[in-house]
Amino acid sequence: MHLKWFLLSALKSATSGGRRYHLWMGSLTLVMLFGAYGYSVQLRDGLVVTGMNDFSSWGLYISNFTFLVGMAAAAVMLVLPAYVLEDVDFQKAVLIAEGVAVSALCMCLAFVTVDLGNPFAAWHLMPVIGLLNWPRSMLAWDVIVLNGYLALNLFIPFYILYTHYIGKHPDKSRYVPWVYLSVFWAVSIHLVTAFLMAGLPARPFWNHGLLGPRFLASAFTAGPAFMILLLWFVDSQTEYDIDLGAFRKLAMVTTVAAQINLIMLGSEIFTEFYFPTHHAQSAHYLFFGLEGHDALVPWIRTAIVLNIGATSVLTIHRLRESRYWLLGSCSVLFVAVWIEKGMGLIVPGFIPSPLGEIVEYSPTWVEIVVTVGIWAMGLFILTVLVKVALPIEMGDLRSPLIDRRRSPRSR
Amino acid sequence: MTERRELTFDDVLRNAGVREAQSRLERLTPDPATLPPSERERGGGCGSGSCGCAKGPSNTLLDKPLDRRGALGAMLGALAVTTQAVGACAPTSMESDEEREAKLLAQEEYFKGNYRLMTPEERAETVARLERLAELRGDGDVSIRTDGAVPGVMYGYAFNISKCKGFRNCVEACIHENNLDRTSDRQYIRIFEKPNGESINDLEHADATFGHEVPAEGHYYLGTQCFQCANPPCVYVCPVQATWQEPDGIVVVDYDWCIGCRYCMAACPYWARRFNWAEPEVPAEELNPRQHYLGNRARKKGVVEKCTYCIQRTREGRLPACAEACPTGARVFGNILDPDSEIRWVLENKQVFRLKEDLGTEPRFWYFMD
Repeated sequence: MHLKWFLLSALKSATSGGRRYHLWMGSLTLVMLFGAYGYSVQLRDGLVVTGMNDFSSWGLYISNFTFLVGMAAAAVMLVLPAYVLEDVDFQKAVLIAEGVAVSALCMCLAFVTVDLGNPFAAWHLMPVIGLLNWPRSMLAWDVIVLNGYLALNLFIPFYILYTHYIGKHPDKSRYVPWVYLSVFWAVSIHLVTAFLMAGLPARPFWNHGLLGPRFLASAFTAGPAFMILLLWFVDSQTEYDIDLGAFRKLAMVTTVAAQINLIMLGSEIFTEFYFPTHHAQSAHYLFFGLEGHDALVPWIRTAIVLNIGATSVLTIHRLRESRYWLLGSCSVLFVAVWIEKGMGLIVPGFIPSPLGEIVEYSPTWVEIVVTVGIWAMGLFILTVLVKVALPIEMGDLRSPLIDRRRSPRSR
Repeated sequence: MTERRELTFDDVLRNAGVREAQSRLERLTPDPATLPPSERERGGGCGSGSCGCAKGPSNTLLDKPLDRRGALGAMLGALAVTTQAVGACAPTSMESDEEREAKLLAQEEYFKGNYRLMTPEERAETVARLERLAELRGDGDVSIRTDGAVPGVMYGYAFNISKCKGFRNCVEACIHENNLDRTSDRQYIRIFEKPNGESINDLEHADATFGHEVPAEGHYYLGTQCFQCANPPCVYVCPVQATWQEPDGIVVVDYDWCIGCRYCMAACPYWARRFNWAEPEVPAEELNPRQHYLGNRARKKGVVEKCTYCIQRTREGRLPACAEACPTGARVFGNILDPDSEIRWVLENKQVFRLKEDLGTEPRFWYFMD
């Protein structure tokens, strides 16, 4: 009975709001519809409508997938202190972080699905009726860990919100074990995604041991940077207050991760260019261009400049503690990591081809429209989750079946 | 008209494995007398026995008890198939019986399992469906074989760099033998042209798209294709086991099980795999009707394919089309387990090497010089 009311209240909360809220959700829906149209074209004609080809067989979709797995994994940076270390500053922010994880994972799954040439055969991936190549294929691992992480990040916040909704306190013994699991799981989803590429001797650009750690460093840069922006928005636009300590600690996490990321970038660049071998061809293509082909050069150079600039700003205590510098640097870092870890990582892996041929890749309108549509879907899901979670946490949304006078306010 | 609409929806249920629809189907079968004359002439539309819709040639899902895999597959796929199926039967008067039959056969194909897990009966059924589908498509009388590896055979290939002159007869023969897509100008074989004195390992500066008269002065030629590695990275990475190595060493793809993720293409160090970015097209008059399930049968949009050493020929004891077409004798193919074979002689008497041996993929494709 409570569950029915919970779902009804959630639906009501998600569909009611001011004019700006409806305008925002309406615009997202419109963008999603454009994306759906693009995907319908792709379904009808095949992946030939994308910029991909037999040489560059992955493109914008897998680039965004890689980046977003990192965004999902980054929730661990709030989950670990809030639940395991019982850090008071993060108590109010952690549910939002889990919302980010859920929406990022939905986007990941959507990007993988639109990348499939034969999506109607996707049931071949399912246990029992399909034939999953586990434990051999890293993609099979990825299917398992991504869905598992999605389940964990749906269950934990749902349990906490639901118990608050029916006016009770969550029972720690029921959810804390899952929290511990999700901490390890978060690291594993991103490592598995890195291993998916690092395990390919055919692609020397990916085939090195630093790829996994570098994925984690860049994820813990872009993820918390996005969280700072989102929490600032929630804090300034709603009555739900986020503790200042949460911003300080997240800013510190972002800064240290960005510094480590830069050290790793430097280490990679040194290995590739100090004594360039045949294996450095892809890096050469990325940073300098190869035989006149240099489509990615402006992108990666922009990303590096933005990365170094924002990391330097955050490294200076006084600037990091100024709200505007902090928000500005976080936006810049988010964009820089998206370029560097998306197109800057996936596309050069295919150029030159294993037999040395150079065929460049650039996305078509269909890919761009579908990509933007999936991002709109992610933001839509995130907005709904936050819109439902906040009133419950503030004690404004309670089951009509409980006795109001005896119900405790939220933690 | 309303009656017939309902009838067609029952077909959807029936094909998704719902048994009860059968009786309703019979009850709702329209009396030919009540149909408009145009429909009567054509045999009563959807309800008549001549049409695949009502009493199709092979109701595999319906006739045999469903196992767990089949039942779950049916339920799961019902959603995806509803769209196709509704489209398959809805505007009955617009469609010919053959179109309807093709769509129903395609639905049955949708639910079949991985080739390696099929029983001999299931293999026979899918082959019958595929052959009929080819006929309905206008591809004529196609025969698809499913014969397995011959015991005691392990195929190997050797390429004589001194003899290849870059004529590319092999490329042409491969296109026709394997029914490669003509629209995208698909080729499994690449012939690289290199100036004498340049190392074979340095393929970066080789040209695979030369358009001048061959052999060019001061150049040598080097062919690549799928090397059927003994340790194939492409097979490792496939998430659904849609590609595997047969006992005779040939790495094959189950085109109907492939989901089109293209992970194998990223994993191949020799750029041997190709993807069907659009629906592949081969003119019916150029189609090779002698086909193998794991070889040159029709592929579809969104799946991966590759060289199979012409599995449809080699399993019959014939040479691959490329080896047969080579006018210079640069290509040596055979059973490396047979001590009297030519390939064995090359491996025992020539200094041979393979591409990217440092990766440990162990290709079964060797290069040598005279």
